[in-house]
Amino acid sequence: MFQIIRKQEMAKGTIIRFDIDAPKIAKKIKAGQFVILRVNETGERIPLTVADVDEFGGIISVIFQVVGKTTALMRSLKEGDTIKDVVGPLGRPAEVHKVGTVIMVGGGTGVAILYHVAKAFKNAGNTVISIIGARDKDMLILENEMEAISDELVVTTDDGSHGMRGFVSQPLEKYLGERADVKLVYAIGPIIMMKNICKLTQKFNVPTMVSLNPVMIDGTGMCGGCRVKVGGKTQFCCVDGPDFDGHQVDYDELEKRNSLYLKDEKTSLLFSIR
Amino acid sequence: MEQDVKYLKFKTYLNAYCPHCHESFNFERKELKQVIFNAKFKGEDIDVKLSPYLDVFESETTVPIEEGEVLEDLICPHCKASLLDKNVHCTECGSPAGEVIISALSKLIPFYICLKKGCVWHGLSKADERRIKLKIPRQIMPEQDQTLRIQNHQEVPYGFTTELASLEAGRCLQCKKPLCVLGCPVNVDIPGFIKLMREDDFDGAAKKIKESNVLPAICGRVCPQESQCENKCVLGFKEKPVAIGRLERFVADFERKMELVKLPVIKNKVNKRIAVVGSGPGGLTVAADMALRGYSVTVYEALHELGGVLTYGIPEFRLPKSIVQFEINYLKELGVRFEINHVIGTLLTIEELLQNFHAIYVGVGAGLPQFMNIGGESLGNVFSSNEYLTRMNLMKAYRFPEYDTPMPRGNKVVVVGGGNVAMDCARTAIRTGSNEVYIVYRRSRQELPARSEEVHHAEEEGIKFRLLTNPIKYLGTDYNTVKGVECIRMELGEPDDSGRRRPVPVQDSNYVIDCDLAVVAIGTSPNPILFNTTPNLKRNKWGYIEVNEETMETSIPNVYAGGDIVTGSATVILAMGAGRVAANAMHQRLSAS
Repeated sequence: MFQIIRKQEMAKGTIIRFDIDAPKIAKKIKAGQFVILRVNETGERIPLTVADVDEFGGIISVIFQVVGKTTALMRSLKEGDTIKDVVGPLGRPAEVHKVGTVIMVGGGTGVAILYHVAKAFKNAGNTVISIIGARDKDMLILENEMEAISDELVVTTDDGSHGMRGFVSQPLEKYLGERADVKLVYAIGPIIMMKNICKLTQKFNVPTMVSLNPVMIDGTGMCGGCRVKVGGKTQFCCVDGPDFDGHQVDYDELEKRNSLYLKDEKTSLLFSIR
Repeated sequence: MEQDVKYLKFKTYLNAYCPHCHESFNFERKELKQVIFNAKFKGEDIDVKLSPYLDVFESETTVPIEEGEVLEDLICPHCKASLLDKNVHCTECGSPAGEVIISALSKLIPFYICLKKGCVWHGLSKADERRIKLKIPRQIMPEQDQTLRIQNHQEVPYGFTTELASLEAGRCLQCKKPLCVLGCPVNVDIPGFIKLMREDDFDGAAKKIKESNVLPAICGRVCPQESQCENKCVLGFKEKPVAIGRLERFVADFERKMELVKLPVIKNKVNKRIAVVGSGPGGLTVAADMALRGYSVTVYEALHELGGVLTYGIPEFRLPKSIVQFEINYLKELGVRFEINHVIGTLLTIEELLQNFHAIYVGVGAGLPQFMNIGGESLGNVFSSNEYLTRMNLMKAYRFPEYDTPMPRGNKVVVVGGGNVAMDCARTAIRTGSNEVYIVYRRSRQELPARSEEVHHAEEEGIKFRLLTNPIKYLGTDYNTVKGVECIRMELGEPDDSGRRRPVPVQDSNYVIDCDLAVVAIGTSPNPILFNTTPNLKRNKWGYIEVNEETMETSIPNVYAGGDIVTGSATVILAMGAGRVAANAMHQRLSAS
């Protein structure tokens, strides 16, 4: 049993942050790695990439958007409640080196994962330029936190209610055009965003890493449900990823695979309401 | 002689044999078993039929036998010898009596039938068990009706009844040099436990097995006995071998159901710690062996439930989870500590474990599912067998939406592969309402690696086998789910490295099997998680861990390994055998230092 130490609602309650007491995991988990949660006995296992870690306090933080039954159930949990199972760390950590200037691009809840990776890059001595985006002002998360660890921060919203109006790809294109010293782009967010950013960085020939979030069961390499095509080869996101070379990923296939369970998700939600 | 004969009322159905030629008098007629003799009556040769309890008889042919009339002779239908014993007469009515051999109380005993119709006398000779060659047929294990069982997830066989188990135990020849024991990877004393069964000491028999096999209830259900112990049984050369696995299962179930399982007293506590990575059959064996020797054992499991493949892989209808749970609870009571949700390799590394433990056993199982890398494998409703079974068994998706994990459903299902896992997937599919389930396997029936009982059960349940067939492409709908599998026919060519004839495709024999769910059950490859943080662990060219086969020790001192992570996909009992070897070696090393 893992206790929720702190719960924070963001983006009008559609995005939730849990600080979970998991000292063993907190000691080991690195940026880019994820945990699998199972809320209760009948629950499903869902992967969540860790957004922040307090190693000494033994606390890991996860941030998730409420999309289906399990996340809705998690929103109903209060501080002090427990989660039945938390397994981790899973996946390979992000490869963090000192490379010079890196651009971190995050969209939606992807910013949560991006924060942890960006922090690691900053601590490794890189110059970090961050571009974060959301649909509107309310949906934007972790702006202050990102600002604290970035040398430069650009905020975009689709409707212009905060920061620049438009998508994260626009400021990125500007940066890539202006600065030749960008050694790496890290893009984490919706599949369509990662796909567009990779198209862009391919044009500028800048290496790009993405973090993928396919459907998973066990998260330890056993089920193969999280298979994605990377460079024409089948890779398992949980053991070979979740971070991959963005230029090699087959996004269309990933998008298709991720939408396979929408109907079941609805059934499950309806059942829980009843 | 007459005073040696005593009465005995048998409640159970009897098997009767000729004392001269030892052939059985039991005939299968339609679905009923009947006991049939030739007889002489009023100078004519007739057939008489006895009830299964050998008491009332009646004529099979046109000559009617009236109440009170006496047969002149009783004749064996096989060797035509007279069964009449002139020395014995019915103690009730003084009529002549015929001698047969029956198997009862796990013994073969002479038995006398009064030849007068209406007299229910039957007597039993006190004479000792005769040493005659056995002709008791191999007993059939009662099981769930095949049309009903595909609508539930309960276990298929009910197991032997006490009577059936006794009869089957009576078939064992009690060889002086038992070959069956050599066929068992953990060398269970098979004649030993069967001897105890004949003495009606089922509890003792269970304890006897447990001397060498800690999980008999599980092995009795999932071991491929036909290629191990039963393959070596001497009886098997001429007829069918003793049903060793079913007897093992019977005594283990008997012990559990009668609550005869006792915790052994562990005399010498050893102040040494053992870590076991993985709570599958191999890990549980090591844990039990070492705990019984007094070591303190901690088992680490990555998933949220214990049991490894016994829990996530083998379905409920083949191995009830309550049995796995029972065995694990037994280990808990022995003092074994279990840590779930611990992924070794990331949460704790082997190096860290070595600082806290004196020895480590790595039994993490095979791991990553293999795909064929053919077109359409990423389509929806194409699953690896691991994912399909994990959803169903571990996550209980068959109870969706009560349980949150969605259930893979299909009306027409194709399962690729011919092993036990493929059978499990196919039989799970038919239980979740699929109309048609196909097994697609590239070799022929002979090479099917699954247990013969599983193949038999699968066929009974209506699963169709497309043998010598290989998938080459999955076809998708507009909604990115699978709608069919394009296959090619195969034929057997020259033998390959494994000695099996290599299947080669037949040109232009492509055809499509329609399906809306496909499961790929073609094996696994090693999981990299442990190796990422343990690069110095030596592995072979296929990526499995290299061990010293006599001790199962790896290239890292005091780290042992066994099971699928050493051999590649294999069986529960082989993993247990490896665990046993490792535990012995560990104990030897640690007790010497």
